Amino acid sequence: MAELTAPAYRVIPIVPALKPGAMEGSGPFVSNEKMNEALGFPGKLVDDWHDKAIAKMGDLLGKYRSLKVYMDACVHCGACSDKCHYFIGTQDPKNMPVARQDLMRSVYRRYFTWPGKLFPKLVGARDLTREVLDEWHNYYHQCSECRRCSVFCPYGIDTAEVTMAARDILDSVGYGQKYDIEIIGKVHKIGNNLGLPGPALIDTMEGLEEDVKEATGIDVRFPIDVKGAEVLLITPSADFFAEPHIDSLIGYAKVFHATGTSWTLSSMSSEAANFGLFIGNYEQLRKVALRIRQAALDLGVKRIIVGECGHAWRVAYSFWNTLSGVGEGADPDDKFAQMLQKQLDHRYRQPTHICEFTWDLIERGALTFDKEANDKHIITFHDSCNVARGSSMGGYPGGQFDIPRNIIKAVANHFVEMDPDTTHEKTFCCGGGGGLLTDDLMDLRVKGALPRMEVLQQAADQQGVNFLAVICAICKTQFSKVMPIYGFDRKMVGGVHQLVSNAIKLGEK
Amino acid sequence: MSTIEVAGKTYETDEEGYLVNLSDWNKDVAEYIAKTENVEMTEQHWEVINFLREYFEEYQIAPAVRVLTKAIGKKLGADKGNSEYLYGLFPYGPGKQACKIAGLPKPTGCV
Repeated sequence: MAELTAPAYRVIPIVPALKPGAMEGSGPFVSNEKMNEALGFPGKLVDDWHDKAIAKMGDLLGKYRSLKVYMDACVHCGACSDKCHYFIGTQDPKNMPVARQDLMRSVYRRYFTWPGKLFPKLVGARDLTREVLDEWHNYYHQCSECRRCSVFCPYGIDTAEVTMAARDILDSVGYGQKYDIEIIGKVHKIGNNLGLPGPALIDTMEGLEEDVKEATGIDVRFPIDVKGAEVLLITPSADFFAEPHIDSLIGYAKVFHATGTSWTLSSMSSEAANFGLFIGNYEQLRKVALRIRQAALDLGVKRIIVGECGHAWRVAYSFWNTLSGVGEGADPDDKFAQMLQKQLDHRYRQPTHICEFTWDLIERGALTFDKEANDKHIITFHDSCNVARGSSMGGYPGGQFDIPRNIIKAVANHFVEMDPDTTHEKTFCCGGGGGLLTDDLMDLRVKGALPRMEVLQQAADQQGVNFLAVICAICKTQFSKVMPIYGFDRKMVGGVHQLVSNAIKLGEK
Repeated sequence: MSTIEVAGKTYETDEEGYLVNLSDWNKDVAEYIAKTENVEMTEQHWEVINFLREYFEEYQIAPAVRVLTKAIGKKLGADKGNSEYLYGLFPYGPGKQACKIAGLPKPTGCV
C-alpha cells in the first residue's frame, strides 16, 4: 500500500479550491458472487442491469415518497456544498452533496420526468450508461450518510437517503460493495459483523473477568446467554475484539456490577451494528434486527440496552419498534413483536442507550466515582453523526448531546468543548461512517477526517485536549487508525464508558 | 481473483492479498506476504504468528487484541504484553497485518 499522508490543515477553514476528478476511480471493492447470493442479490452485474436499475429506481420512488421529494425539490442553492467532510478533504466537486445527489437526480429526470424524457439536454438529464453506473458505485461510496449537509439544506433534503437508494439499486443489479455485503452475510451466518463464534466470545469474556479481577480485586461478570436476566446488552462486536472498544465494554460491566443489575450478552445475537441501514435495504435492516428480537424472547429479558455504537442507536431508537417490537408501534398482526412488547418492562424506555442507563443511575446517586482517576485526561467529546442527527436520549430534544457530556463531567474533572460549528447537530463525521470503514477506502478515510482533525488540533493547542471521547465503534476504529497520520497518539481516542470504567468505585457505595 | 507465486507454486488471494484457501498457508508463503507488507520476520514475529494460528485452530477466528497481548505477555514477559509491542512488530495494526501473514481471514466489521 502506498504511504498515506494527511492533507494539510486549511489556514482559514473556507471552501477549498476545486480539484475536478480528484477522486475519480472504480470505487471500493465489489462484492463477489458468494457474498451477493448469500443475501439474495444477483451474484454479479446482470446483463440487463440498465432496465433492472431503472425499474428498481421506479420501485423506490413509489415506495418512498421522501425520495421523490428529494429528487424534485433541490434548487441547487449550494447551501450544502461546503458542508461535507469528504468534499472538504478531497476537493473533488462531485463530492459536494448537491453534485453527488445530482448523479442520481440527472438519471431520475431522464426516466421519470416529462422535460427530461423530451429535452434531456435542456434539463441536465442523463441516460443511465455504464459510466454513470460506475460513477454511482464510486461516489455513493464517498458519502458516509452522516447527514451534516441535510442540517444546512433549506428544504430539509435527506441526502443520506439518496445515497442509500443508490446503493440499494446497485445491490439489486449485482454491483454491491464488498465490505458491507460480506459483513451482513456474517451477521446472518454467525451472529455478528466480526464472525466471532460463541466459543470465542465466551473465551474472550472469561479473559476479561480475569483481567478486571486482577486490576480491581472484584469479581465483575461478563455473562452470556443467561436466561431470565433482566437486561440484554446489545453492543457492537468490536467491543469484544478491538481497542479501545473493549475498555468501554468493561465500563458497562462495572456499571451493571455496581448496581447489582442482572444482565447478559447473547451469543446468537452479538451485534448492535446493522449495516442494512448503510446499504438502504429494508429487508436486510429488518432481518438483522430480528435476531435481537429472537434473543430477547429466548432469554426472557425485561430490558434491552444498546452499547456505544452510533448507527445502531439510530436503528434502535428510530426503527426497532416497527421492525422488531422493541418499543411500541409494531404491526398488531406481528405476533412475535407483540409477544416481545408484553414481555418488556415498560417502566423503562425500550430500548435504552447505555448512556441513558448510566446517567440515570448517576442522577439517582447510585454510582460513586473517583474523578481524579481521569485527571491525566483533558477531555473533549465528538458527537457521532447517527446519534447526533438521527436519534435522541433521555426523552427530551437534545438529550443525545447532554447525556454523554453529563456522564463525562460526572466522572472526570477536565472537560472542554471543541468549536461549536463542529459539535452537536453540526458535528463532522469521523470520516469512516456509513459502511466506508474499510482498508480499500483508506485514502478517502484519511481525507474525510480533515475537518475533525483541524478542530481537534485547535482544541489540543488552545485547551490542551489529550482525550477524544466518543460513543461509536466506527468512530473509535477510524480515529485510532487516522489520528497517527495527523500526528496524534492512537490512544488519544476512547469511549465514554472507558472514562466511567477508570473512575467508578466498586464494592462500596 | 489475484494470485501470488511462491517457490514455484501459485496461491489464490483476495483483492487485498489475504489467502483464499487457509490450507495453502506455509512458512514460505508467510515470509512472502510479510515482504509485501514491508515486515521483516524475526523470532518475535513468529511468536505472534504461531499464537494466532493456534488460536484460530481452536476458535475459528483470530483472537481479540487483548487476548493476544495477554498471551504474548505470559509467554514473553509482561513488558511485551501490550499493544505498543505488537504495533512495533506489525505497524499497520496487529489485528489485520498479522492475520494476513498468518494466512487467516481478515477480521471484518468496525475493527
